[in-house]
Amino acid sequence: MSVPILKQGDVLIASIQAALSDRELAQLHDAFADQVGRFRSRGVIIDVTALDVLDSFATRTLRSIAYTAKLRGANAVVVGIQPDVAFAMVQLGLSLEGVATALDLEEGLAYIRDVAKRGSHRVR
Amino acid sequence: MSAEVSVPIERDADIVTARQEGRQLAAAAGFSSADQTIIALAISEITRNIVSYAQRGKVTLSRMDEGGRRGILIVAQDDGPGIPDIDLAMRDGYSTAKSLGVGLPGARRVMDEFELVSALGKGTTVTMKKWLR
Repeated sequence: MSVPILKQGDVLIASIQAALSDRELAQLHDAFADQVGRFRSRGVIIDVTALDVLDSFATRTLRSIAYTAKLRGANAVVVGIQPDVAFAMVQLGLSLEGVATALDLEEGLAYIRDVAKRGSHRVR
Repeated sequence: MSAEVSVPIERDADIVTARQEGRQLAAAAGFSSADQTIIALAISEITRNIVSYAQRGKVTLSRMDEGGRRGILIVAQDDGPGIPDIDLAMRDGYSTAKSLGVGLPGARRVMDEFELVSALGKGTTVTMKKWLR
C-alpha cells in the first residue's frame, strides 16, 4: 500500500493511514524527494496520527525525509505522534532530533506558514 | 492457557505482522496501552535484526505465568551468520547494516529480561521477557 501525497498550495501532505513496511516507508521517502522539486513545494507535512509504533527504521526514514526536503528548499514537519508512541520512543532511545514536530495537522500547517513568513525576510 | 503465536520472519512486511501479534498478545495479557507499544517496538527491533542480518527466522510470542507472576515471552530465532562481537552489537550507536544501531540495546533497555545467544555460522536467539506490574 503506497501513501498518497496531497498537494495543498505549496505544501505537500502525506497522511499515513496504516502500518507501513520498511519498503513502503522508503517509497514515501522517494516520492517526497521527487515531488518537492516537481511542485516547487515549500512545506512537507507527514501525519503519523494513525501509527501505533515508530521504530528505529521509521524514525530514521522520517529524519531523512525532513533533511532531504530541507536540502531541496522545503521545511518538513512531523505531526500526530501519539502519546504512547512518543513515550516508547523515549524509552528505547529513539529521537527525531533536528526535525520539526507539531501536535496535529492544523498546528503543522500553522508551523509551515510561520516559517514561510519569517523566511520571506531573508537576504536573497 | 497456551496462547502461543509463531510468526515467520522472511521479509520486511513480516516485521509489521510480528509486532501487531505482539501487541494483541500483550493486550490480552493485561498490559497497559503504553506497555503494549513498548513491547511492539521491541519486537520490531529484534525482528528487523533478523531481516537485516539473517534474512529468515521466526519469532515466538507467548504468555507466561510463573508462580502468579504473569508476563509475555518473546523469542526471536534465526539460522543466520551469527554475531561476531555481541558486546559491540549491544553497544548504543553501533550498526553494520541499515539502522541507527539502537535496536538491540534499545530493546534490552525496555524489557525486564533480555538474553542474546549467538554462535558464528549457527544463528542468533534473542529471548526477552516483560512482566506485568
